[in-house]
Amino acid sequence: MTDKSKVRIFDIVNSTENEILENWLKLQISSTALRMDLLSERELRQQSAEFLSLFKEATSTGNWDINDSGWSRVLEFLDSISRSRAIRGFTPTETATFIFSLKQSLFTTLQKTSKNGTADLIQDLCDITLLIDSLGLFTTEVYLKSKEEIIVRQQTEMIELSTPVVQLWNGILALPLIGTLDSARTQVVMESLLSRIVETGSNIAIIDITGVPTVDTLVAQHLLKTVAAARLMGADCVISGIRPQIAQTIVHLGVDLSEVTTKATMADAFKHALNLTGAIVKKKQ
Amino acid sequence: MEKIPILKMGKYLLVTIQVDMHDRLAMSLQDDLTEKIVLYNARGVLIDISSLEIVDSFIGRMLSNIASMSRILDAETVVVGMRPAVAITMVELGLDMKGVKTALNVDMGMKMLDIFTGKNDEQEKLNDHSEE
Amino acid sequence: MTILKNDMRYIRNSDDIVLIRQVVREWALMIQFSLVDQTKIVTASSELARNAVEYGGGGVLYLQIVSDGIRKGLKLIFEDKGPGIADIGLALKDGYTTGEGMGLGLGGARRLVNEFNIESSVGQGTKITIIRWK
Repeated sequence: MTDKSKVRIFDIVNSTENEILENWLKLQISSTALRMDLLSERELRQQSAEFLSLFKEATSTGNWDINDSGWSRVLEFLDSISRSRAIRGFTPTETATFIFSLKQSLFTTLQKTSKNGTADLIQDLCDITLLIDSLGLFTTEVYLKSKEEIIVRQQTEMIELSTPVVQLWNGILALPLIGTLDSARTQVVMESLLSRIVETGSNIAIIDITGVPTVDTLVAQHLLKTVAAARLMGADCVISGIRPQIAQTIVHLGVDLSEVTTKATMADAFKHALNLTGAIVKKKQ
Repeated sequence: MEKIPILKMGKYLLVTIQVDMHDRLAMSLQDDLTEKIVLYNARGVLIDISSLEIVDSFIGRMLSNIASMSRILDAETVVVGMRPAVAITMVELGLDMKGVKTALNVDMGMKMLDIFTGKNDEQEKLNDHSEE
Repeated sequence: MTILKNDMRYIRNSDDIVLIRQVVREWALMIQFSLVDQTKIVTASSELARNAVEYGGGGVLYLQIVSDGIRKGLKLIFEDKGPGIADIGLALKDGYTTGEGMGLGLGGARRLVNEFNIESSVGQGTKITIIRWK
């Protein structure tokens, strides 16, 4: 990347900023990747104009490494655009198009204004490509990172939401499981059940799986491990809410539940648990 | 050499393990405990492991051994206070401690021992009455 | 995989096993392992350290905090110059032991970590590498 070409490109951007902007906007609007349902034209114009002026400012420094401090404002701006697009539901392509369509607009202008022959033009195109590509990659990275952040946040929210351990009676806890069980979630469930057992001094825990859609070998193993850990601590578990088809799968999978007390419904399990604690339920006379 | 204290509580012995147990300490506990069971004619042993941060296969084996030995000496053993993280790890490790009775805390362990040894006590009471 | 921190400890006798447990716990805390994860890696180290003492005639533990770019992990290498293991598959089996233990050490330790690798040759010694990721 030569300094001469940097100056040349800056001059062109500086003198034809409006033309580049209009061209760029046209390209973005005509591109199928623009989501008019998610972003208005006015907003797009505003974003593009602001970006271009920041871009111009950064290129004027003569330093074209985007990790340099001269580019920090450009990166900040791109960061906020990518993030907001990720949250609004743009695809990665749609998000990256913002920056990549600028390349095309710059090329068109360069071709038109270039007077210095092919060699210089090729040099300029090369430089622009390198620069825009690195900005494009940055955009995609931010996009992915913010998507990941959303996923992680939702995961923790879900795990917290989905593991209520409730006390049914003195010495009896219940854990109504809802939704699919994976290893991460089961570990959290297991830990919160066991620590509640210690806190409340409950020696019977009912694990109700009415709300669990499927039970595969892994889930069954997790359940058995929870039961085994509780037993080591001195508490008994009862598994309830086993639907007929789940009972069938469990047998077909060859999972041995013979050492675990199972009941069809939570009510049965509760009655069983009360019985174990020595309490009796009877109608008022 | 440091030792794990063994307290006599009525007809039971209470062992509270409060140190990170090294192997020699575990071995000497077996010796001391069996001696004390005989000495005090203890009917039950409570081992409180609520301070133990891990139970590996060695400590697990020691607990099983103590339970078997005391059973031969006609005393029941209940291990109490196991931490959840320890229990989860033991399950993963494959230690099931078959034959060892467990309870959540000392109180519950004591009640458990009362139930196990209860039958014999009734017998003793009957004998007392007959002597009166 | 990049190594962010490393250190080593000798495992000479059964008293050292307690020290190994303590140092592994310290390192697990350094990268903020959850309580259960701490307990798992400390228990695994206790098993492997005891194996090194009982079967390997003592050994060395190398501790490393590693990163694969996304997550951090605790990597532990247990090395001894003992007689080695003739049949690794058999040694990993639960309930198999040539000593007085329960035969849960190796197989159990493997279940407590995310990565487990064992290299051993008869007469040369044994090297076991475990990693638990955060």
